Amino acid sequence: MLTEIRIAGFGGQGVILAAAVIGKARAIFEGGYATMTQSFGPEARGGSSSAQVILSSEPILYPYITRPDILIVMSQEAGARFIPELKPGGILITEQELVRVDHMPAGTRAFGVPATRLAEELGRKMVLNIVMVGFFGAVTSLIATEALRQAVADSVPPASQKLNLQAFEKGYEYGASLIEKLREEGETEMVLSFESES
Amino acid sequence: MEDELAASITIQGAVWGGAKAFTVTSGPGFSLMMEHIGYAAMTETPCVFVDVQRGGPSTGLPTLPAQADMMQARWGSHGDYGIIALCPNSPQECFDLAITAFNLSEEFRVPVMLMLDECVGHMTEKVIIPDAAAIDVYPRRFTHLPPGEFRLFEPREDKVPDMVRAGDGYRFHVTGLTHDERGYPSMNVDTQRSSVTRLLEKLQPFTGERALSETADLEDAEVVVVSYGITSRVAQRAIDLARQKGVRAGKFRIISAWPFPEKHIAALAPKVKAMVVPELNLGQMVHEVERAAAGRCKVRLVPHAGGTVHNPEAILKAILEAAE
Repeated sequence: MLTEIRIAGFGGQGVILAAAVIGKARAIFEGGYATMTQSFGPEARGGSSSAQVILSSEPILYPYITRPDILIVMSQEAGARFIPELKPGGILITEQELVRVDHMPAGTRAFGVPATRLAEELGRKMVLNIVMVGFFGAVTSLIATEALRQAVADSVPPASQKLNLQAFEKGYEYGASLIEKLREEGETEMVLSFESES
Repeated sequence: MEDELAASITIQGAVWGGAKAFTVTSGPGFSLMMEHIGYAAMTETPCVFVDVQRGGPSTGLPTLPAQADMMQARWGSHGDYGIIALCPNSPQECFDLAITAFNLSEEFRVPVMLMLDECVGHMTEKVIIPDAAAIDVYPRRFTHLPPGEFRLFEPREDKVPDMVRAGDGYRFHVTGLTHDERGYPSMNVDTQRSSVTRLLEKLQPFTGERALSETADLEDAEVVVVSYGITSRVAQRAIDLARQKGVRAGKFRIISAWPFPEKHIAALAPKVKAMVVPELNLGQMVHEVERAAAGRCKVRLVPHAGGTVHNPEAILKAILEAAE
Protein backbone atom coordinates (compact mmCIF):
# COMPACT_ATOMS: atom_id res chain seq x y z
CA MET A 1 0.00 0.00 0.00
CA LEU A 2 1.26 3.43 -0.96
CA THR A 3 0.54 7.01 -0.05
CA GLU A 4 1.04 9.41 -2.92
CA ILE A 5 1.79 13.06 -2.23
CA ARG A 6 2.31 15.97 -4.58
CA ILE A 7 3.76 19.31 -3.44
CA ALA A 8 3.62 22.16 -5.91
CA GLY A 9 4.25 25.87 -6.03
CA PHE A 10 6.67 28.20 -7.71
CA GLY A 11 10.44 27.99 -7.78
CA GLY A 12 12.08 29.55 -4.72
CA GLN A 13 9.34 28.51 -2.27
CA GLY A 14 11.26 25.44 -1.20
CA VAL A 15 8.87 22.92 -2.73
CA ILE A 16 11.56 20.32 -3.33
CA LEU A 17 13.01 20.65 0.18
CA ALA A 18 9.55 20.27 1.75
CA ALA A 19 9.06 17.06 -0.23
CA ALA A 20 12.53 15.82 0.67
CA VAL A 21 11.84 16.40 4.38
CA ILE A 22 8.61 14.37 4.25
CA GLY A 23 10.32 11.55 2.34
CA LYS A 24 13.31 11.55 4.64
CA ALA A 25 11.09 11.42 7.74
CA ARG A 26 9.54 8.20 6.44
CA ALA A 27 12.59 6.58 4.84
CA ILE A 28 15.28 7.45 7.36
CA PHE A 29 13.60 8.29 10.66
CA GLU A 30 10.65 5.88 10.50
CA GLY A 31 12.54 3.13 8.67
CA GLY A 32 10.10 2.80 5.78
CA TYR A 33 10.51 3.62 2.11
CA ALA A 34 10.06 6.82 0.16
CA THR A 35 10.75 7.91 -3.39
CA MET A 36 10.82 11.53 -4.44
CA THR A 37 10.89 12.72 -8.02
CA GLN A 38 10.73 16.32 -9.09
CA SER A 39 9.94 18.45 -12.06
CA PHE A 40 10.73 22.05 -12.70
CA GLY A 41 11.33 24.41 -15.56
CA PRO A 42 14.76 25.72 -16.54
CA GLU A 43 14.33 28.83 -14.34
CA ALA A 44 16.10 29.06 -10.96
CA ARG A 45 13.21 31.04 -9.43
CA GLY A 46 9.68 31.99 -10.32
CA GLY A 47 8.89 29.07 -12.63
CA SER A 48 6.60 26.25 -11.62
CA SER A 49 8.04 23.63 -9.29
CA SER A 50 6.54 20.32 -8.31
CA ALA A 51 7.69 17.29 -6.40
CA GLN A 52 6.13 13.87 -6.00
CA VAL A 53 6.67 11.75 -2.92
CA ILE A 54 5.58 8.14 -2.56
CA LEU A 55 5.57 6.67 0.95
CA SER A 56 5.41 2.93 1.47
CA SER A 57 6.21 0.15 3.88
CA GLU A 58 7.89 -1.74 1.01
CA PRO A 59 10.42 -0.84 -1.70
CA ILE A 60 8.81 1.34 -4.36
CA LEU A 61 8.95 0.32 -8.03
CA TYR A 62 6.99 2.77 -10.18
CA PRO A 63 8.59 6.16 -9.55
CA TYR A 64 5.71 8.55 -10.22
CA ILE A 65 2.38 9.15 -8.53
CA THR A 66 -0.80 8.54 -10.46
CA ARG A 67 -3.35 10.58 -8.47
CA PRO A 68 -2.29 12.17 -5.20
CA ASP A 69 -3.81 11.14 -1.88
CA ILE A 70 -2.45 14.37 -0.47
CA LEU A 71 -1.87 17.55 -2.46
CA ILE A 72 0.03 20.47 -0.99
CA VAL A 73 -0.20 23.64 -3.10
CA MET A 74 1.58 26.91 -2.55
CA SER A 75 0.59 28.88 -5.66
CA GLN A 76 -2.62 29.59 -7.57
CA GLU A 77 -1.13 28.18 -10.76
CA ALA A 78 -0.23 24.92 -9.02
CA GLY A 79 -3.72 24.75 -7.53
CA ALA A 80 -5.41 25.24 -10.89
CA ARG A 81 -3.25 22.56 -12.42
CA PHE A 82 -3.26 19.87 -9.75
CA ILE A 83 -6.44 20.16 -7.64
CA PRO A 84 -8.53 18.35 -10.31
CA GLU A 85 -6.13 15.37 -10.00
CA LEU A 86 -6.77 14.89 -6.28
CA LYS A 87 -8.01 11.40 -5.49
CA PRO A 88 -11.51 10.97 -4.02
CA GLY A 89 -11.03 10.75 -0.27
CA GLY A 90 -7.85 12.79 -0.60
CA ILE A 91 -6.68 15.84 1.28
CA LEU A 92 -5.81 19.26 -0.08
CA ILE A 93 -3.44 21.44 1.90
CA THR A 94 -3.09 25.04 0.74
CA GLU A 95 -1.12 28.15 1.47
CA GLN A 96 -4.47 29.83 2.06
CA GLU A 97 -3.40 33.38 1.30
CA LEU A 98 -1.82 32.40 -2.02
CA VAL A 99 -4.37 29.87 -3.26
CA ARG A 100 -8.08 30.48 -3.69
CA VAL A 101 -9.95 27.20 -4.05
CA ASP A 102 -13.03 27.58 -6.23
CA HIS A 103 -13.91 23.97 -6.71
CA MET A 104 -12.99 20.82 -4.82
CA PRO A 105 -13.26 17.37 -6.36
CA ALA A 106 -16.04 15.31 -4.79
CA GLY A 107 -15.19 13.57 -1.55
CA THR A 108 -12.04 15.53 -0.78
CA ARG A 109 -11.24 17.82 2.13
CA ALA A 110 -9.18 20.98 2.35
CA PHE A 111 -7.04 22.50 5.10
CA GLY A 112 -5.49 25.95 4.75
CA VAL A 113 -2.62 27.64 6.52
CA PRO A 114 -1.23 31.18 6.08
CA ALA A 115 2.29 29.74 5.88
CA THR A 116 3.98 32.76 4.33
CA ARG A 117 2.58 35.10 7.01
CA LEU A 118 3.56 32.69 9.81
CA ALA A 119 7.05 32.50 8.33
CA GLU A 120 7.24 36.29 8.16
CA GLU A 121 6.34 36.44 11.85
CA LEU A 122 9.50 34.41 12.47
CA GLY A 123 11.45 36.99 10.49
CA ARG A 124 12.20 34.88 7.39
CA LYS A 125 9.63 34.37 4.65
CA MET A 126 11.76 31.61 3.14
CA VAL A 127 10.85 29.10 5.86
CA LEU A 128 7.24 28.94 4.64
CA ASN A 129 7.96 25.49 3.22
CA ILE A 130 8.83 24.13 6.66
CA VAL A 131 5.70 25.79 8.12
CA MET A 132 3.78 23.81 5.48
CA VAL A 133 5.56 20.60 6.53
CA GLY A 134 4.60 21.19 10.18
CA PHE A 135 1.00 21.88 9.20
CA PHE A 136 0.96 18.76 7.00
CA GLY A 137 2.22 16.72 9.96
CA ALA A 138 -0.53 17.98 12.25
CA VAL A 139 -3.52 17.64 9.93
CA THR A 140 -2.62 14.27 8.42
CA SER A 141 -0.88 12.46 11.34
CA LEU A 142 0.63 10.36 8.56
CA ILE A 143 4.18 10.53 9.89
CA ALA A 144 5.34 10.63 13.52
CA THR A 145 5.90 14.25 14.55
CA GLU A 146 9.32 13.43 15.98
CA ALA A 147 10.40 11.82 12.70
CA LEU A 148 9.36 14.95 10.80
CA ARG A 149 11.14 17.15 13.31
CA GLN A 150 14.34 15.09 12.95
CA ALA A 151 14.05 15.25 9.16
CA VAL A 152 13.76 19.05 9.28
CA ALA A 153 16.83 19.33 11.51
CA ASP A 154 18.74 16.95 9.24
CA SER A 155 17.86 18.74 5.99
CA VAL A 156 18.78 22.37 6.65
CA PRO A 157 22.14 24.09 7.23
CA PRO A 158 23.22 24.17 10.92
CA ALA A 159 23.02 27.97 10.99
CA SER A 160 19.31 27.97 10.14
CA GLN A 161 18.35 24.83 12.07
CA LYS A 162 16.80 26.69 15.00
CA LEU A 163 14.75 28.93 12.73
CA ASN A 164 13.51 25.97 10.69
CA LEU A 165 12.53 24.02 13.79
CA GLN A 166 10.60 27.08 15.00
CA ALA A 167 8.89 27.20 11.60
CA PHE A 168 8.01 23.53 11.91
CA GLU A 169 6.49 24.03 15.38
CA LYS A 170 4.57 27.08 14.20
CA GLY A 171 3.00 25.17 11.33
CA TYR A 172 2.37 22.14 13.50
CA GLU A 173 0.66 24.16 16.24
CA TYR A 174 -1.50 25.97 13.69
CA GLY A 175 -2.60 22.60 12.29
CA ALA A 176 -3.14 20.99 15.69
CA SER A 177 -5.35 23.83 16.91
CA LEU A 178 -7.30 23.80 13.65
CA ILE A 179 -8.01 20.09 14.10
CA GLU A 180 -8.96 20.68 17.74
CA LYS A 181 -11.33 23.46 16.71
CA LEU A 182 -12.98 21.25 14.10
CA ARG A 183 -13.47 18.53 16.72
CA GLU A 184 -15.10 20.96 19.10
CA GLU A 185 -17.44 22.02 16.32
CA GLY A 186 -18.56 18.42 16.06
CA GLU A 187 -16.58 17.50 12.95
CA THR A 188 -16.81 13.74 12.63
CA GLU A 189 -15.13 12.96 9.34
CA MET A 190 -11.61 13.40 10.60
CA VAL A 191 -10.38 9.94 9.77
CA LEU A 192 -9.50 9.71 6.12
CA SER A 193 -7.87 7.01 4.09
CA PHE A 194 -4.49 7.87 2.62
CA GLU A 195 -3.80 4.51 1.13
CA SER A 196 -3.74 3.87 -2.58
CA GLU A 197 -4.56 0.49 -4.01
CA SER A 198 -1.24 -0.28 -5.63
CA MET B 1 35.23 24.27 -16.89
CA GLU B 2 34.07 26.39 -19.80
CA ASP B 3 32.32 23.52 -21.60
CA GLU B 4 31.97 19.78 -22.08
CA LEU B 5 34.90 19.53 -24.48
CA ALA B 6 37.17 20.97 -21.82
CA ALA B 7 35.73 18.83 -19.03
CA SER B 8 36.05 15.62 -21.00
CA ILE B 9 39.74 16.12 -21.75
CA THR B 10 40.68 17.72 -18.42
CA ILE B 11 39.65 14.59 -16.54
CA GLN B 12 42.08 12.65 -18.69
CA GLY B 13 44.92 14.98 -17.83
CA ALA B 14 44.05 14.46 -14.18
CA VAL B 15 44.13 10.69 -14.63
CA TRP B 16 47.60 10.72 -16.19
CA GLY B 17 48.66 12.85 -13.25
CA GLY B 18 47.61 10.02 -10.93
CA ALA B 19 44.04 11.03 -9.96
CA LYS B 20 40.72 9.31 -10.50
CA ALA B 21 38.35 11.55 -12.40
CA PHE B 22 34.87 11.69 -13.87
CA THR B 23 32.56 14.17 -15.53
CA VAL B 24 28.78 14.48 -15.69
CA THR B 25 26.51 15.70 -18.46
CA SER B 26 23.24 15.28 -20.28
CA GLY B 27 22.06 15.26 -23.89
CA PRO B 28 23.92 17.87 -25.96
CA GLY B 29 26.86 17.81 -23.53
CA PHE B 30 27.30 14.09 -24.14
CA SER B 31 27.44 14.78 -27.89
CA LEU B 32 30.18 17.35 -27.28
CA MET B 33 32.20 14.83 -25.27
CA MET B 34 32.31 12.21 -28.02
CA GLU B 35 35.66 13.24 -29.46
CA HIS B 36 37.39 12.85 -26.12
CA ILE B 37 35.63 9.61 -25.30
CA GLY B 38 37.38 8.27 -28.39
CA TYR B 39 40.64 9.73 -27.10
CA ALA B 40 40.15 7.98 -23.74
CA ALA B 41 39.46 4.69 -25.52
CA MET B 42 42.50 5.07 -27.81
CA THR B 43 44.89 6.15 -25.04
CA GLU B 44 43.34 3.61 -22.60
CA THR B 45 42.74 6.31 -20.02
CA PRO B 46 40.62 5.01 -17.12
CA CYS B 47 37.85 7.55 -16.45
CA VAL B 48 34.10 7.74 -15.94
CA PHE B 49 31.46 9.66 -17.90
CA VAL B 50 27.99 10.08 -16.36
CA ASP B 51 25.21 10.78 -18.86
CA VAL B 52 21.81 11.64 -17.39
CA GLN B 53 19.67 10.89 -20.42
CA ARG B 54 16.90 13.26 -21.46
CA GLY B 55 14.69 13.32 -24.51
CA GLY B 56 16.51 14.33 -27.71
CA PRO B 57 17.72 14.94 -30.35
CA SER B 58 19.41 18.31 -29.84
CA THR B 59 18.22 20.30 -26.80
CA GLY B 60 15.15 18.05 -26.71
CA LEU B 61 13.54 17.66 -23.29
CA PRO B 62 15.64 19.16 -20.49
CA THR B 63 14.59 17.72 -17.10
CA LEU B 64 12.50 14.93 -18.63
CA PRO B 65 13.64 11.32 -19.01
CA ALA B 66 14.66 9.19 -21.97
CA GLN B 67 17.03 6.30 -22.68
CA ALA B 68 17.90 7.35 -26.19
CA ASP B 69 21.69 7.79 -25.83
CA MET B 70 22.37 4.08 -25.48
CA MET B 71 23.73 3.60 -29.01
CA GLN B 72 25.60 6.90 -28.80
CA ALA B 73 27.34 5.68 -25.64
CA ARG B 74 28.62 2.68 -27.58
CA TRP B 75 29.27 4.13 -31.01
CA GLY B 76 29.33 7.92 -30.65
CA SER B 77 32.99 8.53 -31.33
CA HIS B 78 34.55 7.59 -34.63
CA GLY B 79 36.59 4.46 -35.22
CA ASP B 80 36.54 0.99 -33.69
CA TYR B 81 36.75 0.90 -29.92
CA GLY B 82 34.96 -0.48 -26.91
CA ILE B 83 33.56 1.02 -23.73
CA ILE B 84 31.72 -0.27 -20.68
CA ALA B 85 28.25 1.15 -19.89
CA LEU B 86 26.33 0.60 -16.65
CA CYS B 87 22.65 1.41 -16.03
CA PRO B 88 21.57 2.18 -12.44
CA ASN B 89 17.86 2.23 -11.58
CA SER B 90 17.93 3.95 -8.17
CA PRO B 91 19.95 6.47 -6.16
CA GLN B 92 21.46 3.54 -4.22
CA GLU B 93 22.71 2.04 -7.46
CA CYS B 94 24.03 5.40 -8.62
CA PHE B 95 26.27 5.21 -5.58
CA ASP B 96 27.16 1.53 -5.91
CA LEU B 97 27.66 1.51 -9.68
CA ALA B 98 29.73 4.71 -9.60
CA ILE B 99 32.23 2.71 -7.55
CA THR B 100 31.93 -0.24 -9.94
CA ALA B 101 32.43 2.13 -12.88
CA PHE B 102 35.69 3.44 -11.44
CA ASN B 103 36.87 -0.07 -10.59
CA LEU B 104 36.15 -1.40 -14.06
CA SER B 105 37.76 1.62 -15.69
CA GLU B 106 40.96 0.85 -13.78
CA GLU B 107 40.86 -2.90 -14.39
CA PHE B 108 40.22 -2.62 -18.13
CA ARG B 109 41.60 0.86 -18.77
CA VAL B 110 38.56 2.11 -20.62
CA PRO B 111 36.16 5.02 -20.30
CA VAL B 112 33.11 3.72 -18.41
CA MET B 113 29.70 5.28 -19.04
CA LEU B 114 27.24 5.53 -16.18
CA MET B 115 23.96 5.78 -18.08
CA LEU B 116 21.30 7.35 -15.89
CA ASP B 117 18.06 8.84 -17.09
CA GLU B 118 16.47 12.04 -15.80
CA CYS B 119 14.04 10.14 -13.58
CA VAL B 120 16.80 8.34 -11.69
CA GLY B 121 18.99 11.44 -11.91
CA HIS B 122 16.48 13.64 -10.09
CA MET B 123 15.22 10.92 -7.79
CA THR B 124 15.67 11.03 -4.02
CA GLU B 125 15.57 7.77 -2.05
CA LYS B 126 17.26 6.22 0.92
CA VAL B 127 20.92 5.48 0.16
CA ILE B 128 23.01 3.32 2.46
CA ILE B 129 26.66 4.33 2.32
CA PRO B 130 28.99 1.69 3.76
CA ASP B 131 32.10 2.45 5.76
CA ALA B 132 34.94 3.46 3.46
CA ALA B 133 36.88 0.39 4.63
CA ALA B 134 34.08 -1.89 3.39
CA ILE B 135 34.19 -0.53 -0.17
CA ASP B 136 36.22 -2.56 -2.65
CA VAL B 137 38.51 -0.30 -4.61
CA TYR B 138 40.42 -1.58 -7.61
CA PRO B 139 43.73 0.28 -7.45
CA ARG B 140 45.41 1.60 -10.54
CA ARG B 141 47.86 -0.99 -11.80
CA PHE B 142 51.08 0.96 -11.91
CA THR B 143 54.03 -0.81 -13.47
CA HIS B 144 56.70 -2.37 -11.28
CA LEU B 145 59.25 -2.25 -14.09
CA PRO B 146 62.07 0.30 -13.96
CA PRO B 147 61.92 3.20 -16.45
CA GLY B 148 64.41 1.57 -18.81
CA GLU B 149 62.31 -1.59 -19.27
CA PHE B 150 58.75 -0.20 -19.17
CA ARG B 151 56.73 0.09 -22.38
CA LEU B 152 53.59 2.23 -22.04
CA PHE B 153 51.19 0.10 -24.09
CA GLU B 154 52.64 -3.35 -23.68
CA PRO B 155 49.66 -5.48 -22.69
CA ARG B 156 49.63 -7.95 -19.82
CA GLU B 157 48.02 -11.36 -20.17
CA ASP B 158 44.56 -9.84 -19.89
CA LYS B 159 45.36 -7.57 -22.86
CA VAL B 160 45.46 -4.49 -20.60
CA PRO B 161 48.73 -2.52 -20.19
CA ASP B 162 50.08 -1.18 -16.90
CA MET B 163 50.18 2.56 -16.22
CA VAL B 164 52.60 5.14 -14.96
CA ARG B 165 52.05 8.46 -13.30
CA ALA B 166 53.47 11.72 -14.62
CA GLY B 167 56.37 12.86 -12.44
CA ASP B 168 57.45 9.40 -11.32
CA GLY B 169 60.55 9.39 -13.55
CA TYR B 170 59.17 7.60 -16.61
CA ARG B 171 59.46 9.25 -20.01
CA PHE B 172 56.23 8.61 -21.84
CA HIS B 173 54.12 9.87 -24.70
CA VAL B 174 50.33 9.60 -24.85
CA THR B 175 48.72 10.16 -28.23
CA GLY B 176 45.44 9.62 -30.01
CA LEU B 177 47.37 8.63 -33.10
CA THR B 178 47.70 4.91 -33.72
CA HIS B 179 50.67 4.03 -31.56
CA ASP B 180 52.98 1.12 -30.88
CA GLU B 181 53.68 -0.51 -27.52
CA ARG B 182 56.11 2.25 -26.64
CA GLY B 183 53.33 4.81 -27.16
CA TYR B 184 54.87 6.44 -30.20
CA PRO B 185 52.92 7.09 -33.40
CA SER B 186 53.11 4.08 -35.68
CA MET B 187 50.64 4.61 -38.45
CA ASN B 188 50.77 1.39 -40.37
CA VAL B 189 48.48 -1.52 -41.11
CA ASP B 190 49.98 -3.96 -38.61
CA THR B 191 49.95 -1.61 -35.63
CA GLN B 192 46.42 -0.45 -36.46
CA ARG B 193 45.20 -4.05 -36.60
CA SER B 194 46.85 -5.20 -33.39
CA SER B 195 46.12 -2.13 -31.27
CA VAL B 196 42.52 -1.55 -32.31
CA THR B 197 41.71 -5.26 -32.13
CA ARG B 198 43.01 -5.32 -28.58
CA LEU B 199 40.80 -2.34 -27.59
CA LEU B 200 37.80 -4.53 -28.39
CA GLU B 201 39.13 -7.92 -27.27
CA LYS B 202 40.03 -6.81 -23.76
CA LEU B 203 36.31 -6.23 -23.07
CA GLN B 204 35.12 -9.63 -24.32
CA PRO B 205 34.50 -10.97 -20.77
CA PHE B 206 31.52 -8.58 -20.50
CA THR B 207 29.62 -10.42 -23.21
CA GLY B 208 29.40 -13.34 -20.78
CA GLU B 209 30.93 -14.14 -17.42
CA ARG B 210 31.67 -10.57 -16.33
CA ALA B 211 28.30 -9.14 -17.45
CA LEU B 212 26.26 -7.54 -14.67
CA SER B 213 22.56 -8.33 -14.59
CA GLU B 214 19.65 -8.95 -12.26
CA THR B 215 17.27 -11.79 -13.00
CA ALA B 216 14.10 -13.18 -11.45
CA ASP B 217 11.52 -15.82 -12.34
CA LEU B 218 13.51 -17.12 -15.32
CA GLU B 219 13.20 -20.84 -14.41
CA ASP B 220 9.69 -21.27 -15.75
CA ALA B 221 9.41 -18.10 -17.84
CA GLU B 222 7.62 -18.16 -21.18
CA VAL B 223 8.09 -14.42 -21.70
CA VAL B 224 11.14 -12.53 -20.47
CA VAL B 225 11.15 -8.77 -20.11
CA VAL B 226 14.60 -7.41 -20.97
CA SER B 227 14.99 -3.90 -19.58
CA TYR B 228 17.45 -1.51 -17.99
CA GLY B 229 17.58 1.68 -15.92
CA ILE B 230 14.33 3.23 -14.69
CA THR B 231 12.35 1.12 -17.15
CA SER B 232 13.32 -2.02 -15.20
CA ARG B 233 11.33 -0.75 -12.21
CA VAL B 234 8.28 -0.05 -14.33
CA ALA B 235 8.73 -3.42 -16.03
CA GLN B 236 8.77 -5.19 -12.67
CA ARG B 237 5.24 -3.95 -12.01
CA ALA B 238 4.14 -5.27 -15.42
CA ILE B 239 5.82 -8.63 -14.69
CA ASP B 240 3.99 -8.88 -11.35
CA LEU B 241 0.66 -8.06 -13.05
CA ALA B 242 1.31 -10.67 -15.76
CA ARG B 243 2.07 -13.33 -13.15
CA GLN B 244 -1.22 -12.44 -11.41
CA LYS B 245 -2.95 -13.13 -14.72
CA GLY B 246 -1.27 -16.53 -14.99
CA VAL B 247 1.34 -15.63 -17.60
CA ARG B 248 4.80 -16.90 -16.63
CA ALA B 249 6.80 -13.71 -17.06
CA GLY B 250 10.44 -13.37 -16.03
CA LYS B 251 12.95 -10.58 -15.63
CA PHE B 252 16.32 -10.06 -17.25
CA ARG B 253 17.53 -6.67 -16.15
CA ILE B 254 20.62 -5.47 -17.96
CA ILE B 255 23.04 -3.64 -15.65
CA SER B 256 26.12 -3.69 -17.91
CA ALA B 257 24.62 -2.71 -21.25
CA TRP B 258 27.96 -2.45 -23.10
CA PRO B 259 29.56 -4.70 -24.05
CA PHE B 260 26.13 -6.23 -24.62
CA PRO B 261 25.60 -9.41 -22.53
CA GLU B 262 24.95 -11.38 -25.71
CA LYS B 263 25.93 -14.78 -24.34
CA HIS B 264 23.26 -14.58 -21.63
CA ILE B 265 20.55 -13.48 -24.06
CA ALA B 266 21.62 -16.16 -26.55
CA ALA B 267 21.38 -18.85 -23.86
CA LEU B 268 17.95 -17.66 -22.74
CA ALA B 269 16.39 -17.28 -26.20
CA PRO B 270 15.71 -20.99 -27.02
CA LYS B 271 14.03 -21.50 -23.62
CA VAL B 272 11.32 -18.84 -24.00
CA LYS B 273 8.53 -17.90 -26.37
CA ALA B 274 9.41 -14.24 -26.48
CA MET B 275 11.46 -11.39 -25.13
CA VAL B 276 9.73 -8.07 -24.52
CA VAL B 277 12.03 -5.05 -24.58
CA PRO B 278 10.61 -1.79 -23.18
CA GLU B 279 12.90 1.21 -23.52
CA LEU B 280 12.51 4.98 -23.41
CA ASN B 281 13.50 5.35 -27.06
CA LEU B 282 12.13 4.19 -30.38
CA GLY B 283 14.30 1.07 -30.52
CA GLN B 284 17.99 0.83 -29.56
CA MET B 285 19.01 -2.03 -27.26
CA VAL B 286 16.24 -4.12 -28.83
CA HIS B 287 18.49 -4.48 -31.88
CA GLU B 288 21.13 -6.12 -29.69
CA VAL B 289 18.51 -8.41 -28.15
CA GLU B 290 17.36 -9.41 -31.64
CA ARG B 291 20.94 -10.03 -32.75
CA ALA B 292 21.70 -12.23 -29.73
CA ALA B 293 18.36 -14.07 -29.84
CA ALA B 294 19.03 -14.74 -33.54
CA GLY B 295 15.49 -15.81 -34.36
CA ARG B 296 15.26 -18.42 -31.60
CA CYS B 297 12.42 -16.53 -29.90
CA LYS B 298 10.18 -13.60 -30.75
CA VAL B 299 11.56 -10.20 -29.77
CA ARG B 300 9.10 -7.40 -29.22
CA LEU B 301 9.93 -3.74 -28.63
CA VAL B 302 7.74 -1.57 -26.38
CA PRO B 303 8.90 1.87 -27.55
CA HIS B 304 8.40 5.20 -25.81
CA ALA B 305 9.64 8.51 -27.18
CA GLY B 306 10.51 9.80 -23.69
CA GLY B 307 9.34 12.63 -21.45
CA THR B 308 8.01 10.25 -18.82
CA VAL B 309 8.26 6.52 -18.10
CA HIS B 310 6.12 3.76 -19.62
CA ASN B 311 2.65 3.05 -18.41
CA PRO B 312 3.07 -0.45 -16.89
CA GLU B 313 -0.13 -1.43 -18.75
CA ALA B 314 1.65 -0.97 -22.09
CA ILE B 315 4.36 -3.42 -21.06
CA LEU B 316 1.75 -5.78 -19.63
CA LYS B 317 -0.16 -5.73 -22.92
CA ALA B 318 3.01 -6.65 -24.82
CA ILE B 319 3.73 -9.50 -22.39
CA LEU B 320 0.22 -10.90 -22.72
CA GLU B 321 0.30 -10.70 -26.52
CA ALA B 322 3.76 -12.25 -26.68
CA ALA B 323 2.61 -15.17 -24.51
CA GLU B 324 -0.16 -16.14 -26.95
